[in-house]
Amino acid sequence: MSVESLALPLALIPLLPLLGAVLNGLFGRYTNARLSGALATAAIGGSFLVALNIFLQFNQLPEEGRRFLVNYGPWMHVGSLSLDWSLLLDPLSLLYALFISGVATLIHLYSIGYMGKEPSFARYFAYLNLFSFAMLTLVLGGNYLVMFLGWEGVGLCSYLLIGFWFSDPEKASAGKKAFVVNRIGDFGFLLGAFLLFANLGSLDYGQVQEGMAGLPVGHWLPTAAALLLFVGATGKSAQIPLYVWLPDAMAGPTPVSALIHAATMVTAGLYMIARNHFLYSLAPAALLTVAIVGASTALFAATIGLVQRDIKKVLAYSTVSQLGYMFLAMGVGAYTAGLFHVVTHAFFKALLFLGAGSVIHAMHHVYHKVHDHKRDPQDMRNMGGLAKRLPITYWTFLVATIAIAGFPPFAGFFSKDEILWQVFATGHWPLWLMGLCAAGLTSFYMFRLLFLTFHGTYRGGEAEAAHFHENPLVMTLPLMILAVLSAIAGFWGLPHFLDFAHLGNRFDEFLAPVFHSGSDLALRHAVEAHGNVALEWALALGSIGVATLGLLLARRWYLLKPELADAAARRHPKLHQRLLDKWRVDELYEAVVVKPVAAFSEACSRQVDAGLIDGAVNGTARLAQLAGQGVRRLQSGRLPHYLTAMALGVALLLALVFTR
Amino acid sequence: MMDFILPLVTFFPLVALLLLWLIPARQISLLKGAALGLGLVEFALSLPLWTAFDVARAGQYQFAFQKPWMPALGFSFHMGLDGIGLVLVLLTTLLLPVILLSSWQVTDRLKSYLMLYFLMATGMVGVFVSLDLVLFYVFWELTLIPMYFLIGIWGGPRRIYAAVKFFLYTMLGSVLMLVAILWIHWSTLVPVEGGTFARTFDLPLLLQHFHAGGPAQLWLFGAFALAFAIKVPMFPVHTWLPDAHVEAPTGGSVILAGVLLKMGTYGFIRFALPLFPAATRMVLPLMVTLAVIGIVYGALVSIVQKDVKKLVAYSSVSHLGFVMLGLFALNAEGMSGAVLQMVNHGISTGALFLAVGVIYERRHTRQIGEFGGLASQMPLFAFVLLFFCLSSVGLPGLNGFTGEFMILLGSFRTQPWATAVAATGVILAAVYLLWMVQRVLFGPLSNPKNQNLKDMGLREVLVFVPLFVLAIWIGVQPQPLLDRIGPAVETTLELMRSR
Repeated sequence: MSVESLALPLALIPLLPLLGAVLNGLFGRYTNARLSGALATAAIGGSFLVALNIFLQFNQLPEEGRRFLVNYGPWMHVGSLSLDWSLLLDPLSLLYALFISGVATLIHLYSIGYMGKEPSFARYFAYLNLFSFAMLTLVLGGNYLVMFLGWEGVGLCSYLLIGFWFSDPEKASAGKKAFVVNRIGDFGFLLGAFLLFANLGSLDYGQVQEGMAGLPVGHWLPTAAALLLFVGATGKSAQIPLYVWLPDAMAGPTPVSALIHAATMVTAGLYMIARNHFLYSLAPAALLTVAIVGASTALFAATIGLVQRDIKKVLAYSTVSQLGYMFLAMGVGAYTAGLFHVVTHAFFKALLFLGAGSVIHAMHHVYHKVHDHKRDPQDMRNMGGLAKRLPITYWTFLVATIAIAGFPPFAGFFSKDEILWQVFATGHWPLWLMGLCAAGLTSFYMFRLLFLTFHGTYRGGEAEAAHFHENPLVMTLPLMILAVLSAIAGFWGLPHFLDFAHLGNRFDEFLAPVFHSGSDLALRHAVEAHGNVALEWALALGSIGVATLGLLLARRWYLLKPELADAAARRHPKLHQRLLDKWRVDELYEAVVVKPVAAFSEACSRQVDAGLIDGAVNGTARLAQLAGQGVRRLQSGRLPHYLTAMALGVALLLALVFTR
Repeated sequence: MMDFILPLVTFFPLVALLLLWLIPARQISLLKGAALGLGLVEFALSLPLWTAFDVARAGQYQFAFQKPWMPALGFSFHMGLDGIGLVLVLLTTLLLPVILLSSWQVTDRLKSYLMLYFLMATGMVGVFVSLDLVLFYVFWELTLIPMYFLIGIWGGPRRIYAAVKFFLYTMLGSVLMLVAILWIHWSTLVPVEGGTFARTFDLPLLLQHFHAGGPAQLWLFGAFALAFAIKVPMFPVHTWLPDAHVEAPTGGSVILAGVLLKMGTYGFIRFALPLFPAATRMVLPLMVTLAVIGIVYGALVSIVQKDVKKLVAYSSVSHLGFVMLGLFALNAEGMSGAVLQMVNHGISTGALFLAVGVIYERRHTRQIGEFGGLASQMPLFAFVLLFFCLSSVGLPGLNGFTGEFMILLGSFRTQPWATAVAATGVILAAVYLLWMVQRVLFGPLSNPKNQNLKDMGLREVLVFVPLFVLAIWIGVQPQPLLDRIGPAVETTLELMRSR
């Protein structure tokens, strides 16, 4: 494997879906949904195969040789700026490329079934491919700017896909909201990049890392740059205060939600931090900020998820909350643990969304059969008892629920537990406590969702329930594959206290070449120094206990005695309403940001532009006009006047000359 | 032939104008065809400028052409082209056929309408190739007249107000500039053969020999800067622009946004900065402040506009603010970005005005509230409008991003705080443009007047094709342009340092 032999396959990973998008955009509408979907799936599937092939070769390389920077030519070279089109292959970018293309392939496949009856299928698949292209470019980009191309590209695609059904003003508006909020984050990213360039003269990862190498821990430059870049991450990865676009993003077709929430887009912020680990490791203040924001988001979003009635909305807030965990991990310097959760979460969250899509698809079908277009097919209050009707969906969904709730031995347990352990071991016990609480809430709202949707009896009546049938294989196959992954992926990163067979933490080892720089090692040693098998066991049991508590409460409230949940809501009507209203953060932003900006713009337009400036301009013109009219009287056209004036003038001149 | 190419490209439009004059006004299709053909010839004539341009000497004036004109008065017919002029001339000659093709629906006094564009072309190309201050001034004023008529005759209901406002605003600036030009002329003696001295209007000579003390330089800079700032337009002398745009016919708007505004920014980099470096540095904080205000203010005012064209017009105020910020970064990255962004703005905003023209021709209104849901009725138009909005917003991979990025990167090095404020314009751009897109293209197709609209036809698509290709090309591969712009910018910076 060499840079030369790598150039083509590496470029193919992002370019194949781009090609798919172009083909579908140009010719897709002349085909049918199956063909168009097959093309799109083949394009992204091709990327996955290429990435897999590279991975297989990659594993045989010596550890220190696992970094390739491929340069494809100049982008902008002027003055001291030299930016190239370059792609970077290292364990981190390869890991991302693998799970992005893998999960995206499954989502494309699923979409063939889900969007089969959609008239604008070609546009849909073109966008989906474009999305994958942008995300793969983001992670493979060899410098900050190529990354930024993908970074803004996923923002664009989310805009296009969330507003896919643009005839609905609310959906179009949600798309715009996503783009604008993301742009606020991008603003931070750009400033961070400018700051790095202004001080280090480069936007190449490698050169920036070298430039940082000599700086002491806590230096202002890495701190400021890390914080600015983190603003970008809060936008892309939906953290406080810029998380507000993500829950609205469910306006798009459900497979798109799966793509945005699992494999692409939201994982970008975490990738960015991991890519800049050398920066963050030098900036304890920035790291602490990341950790606090992460923990707060994890807890905050989980509370909103408790009461939502829309099946996708619960999942949306659970994504925000889970992303909070990942940032928490990053914030305590446990990059690998955070990334491990990124990967396992990609599997089970994709599965959850696709499962929810499967339910919604079936509900739609039933409502269509009974000619009901009023009821909301996403409202869990209309569901119930679907386990019998949609068995594959149910069983796979169950796996994902257990995984996200954090029960062993499914994937979510290992990754989440690893994070909580690292947080505790680095001495951030208040943050650990927040994470633990969020874990209990997660278990509660996920099982609430499971029970409301799949257990009990169908709330639309027996007659209607007969119309249900399980979705076709093209949709259930991705569910089953993801279920297997959600169940077993945890073993890839087994914590050492559970590693009875001495497999080793393969995940950690794979990423080791990326994170073994000096400052990162210091953080690792801090954890290892606290290493204590008994404590680790205790913490693990503790989080299982909390998860069990959540499960039992959800079971009691939503399965055994549903009246208890209503009673609880009635006992605290204000709190319940607050939660339903998502703490009214959107309303707060509306009042504090949107309205004032709009009012100020209006004032600029009316008072300053039309009033002040044009008032002055038109006033000057009027003055000139008036003056002109005044002077015009002098030119009356009558000879005597002129003669008089002339005489006066001559007299004046003479007077001037003679009085000298 | 290359010795004469600059006068050729400059004056061929006048020849074309005369040829058009020979065609009877009733021959509508012949007029259109001939105009388009002649526009394409002009573009073709300008292409050798690109191919024969010596990139290694991009910082120097090439294709130089110099003939004594009125030697007694010290002006000569001096033309030349460096990398900066090159890209702007090509932008002009490219937009000419594009505009002519887009003017197919004009019926009122078509002949004069088409002829005015050719007169315009001579003026604009002349501005970018002139190396003599008088020659420059003549071309500068020449552009004023056809635009005045284009707005005043083919404009909307308030065309007279807009035309007069445009004329007076720009005249005010130009007159002061003329005074300054004369002042420079009288205050500079250039050595000539035989050990004597002479006065001159020649820019390269003046750049060597003109010197003025602080206060004088400041006044002179002020006179030039006012003329240029009005043209750009910078806040707070921008209010002629929205009126001119709203009233101007589509082609006029494209010329206005595409090229005329660039004459202002070009004036700064070609004349004001290198002639008066000390004054430039003195007023730098003021200019940067005005640029930043223009960026934010233009964007904010843009948000609340109800007329699509006015919205795009105010977006120009914001975008040109970026260009000014880049110029006053006074480093290679920022200034090259600014020149690149002049081209990009011409492409993106020109295309946006053309897109507005497409729906205006169909509905005879530009009120955003009259539209909504057009995407389902006119998918091709929706793609075009969205694409150029994204290019205007500065989406990476498209043209707008490259210039904007280099401007901000360069200006951050010298003015970090102002740049941070300016960068909020990037957020606001997404707000005003995407909100407009949302209200025009998305939502239900509820207005019955829009329910039978035809999507764009082949001719209309062809209008956008060259701009579309350029938008992607410059977004992905701006290097060929930068190879030409960069050295010219370095030369300017060198001049500023040495004087």
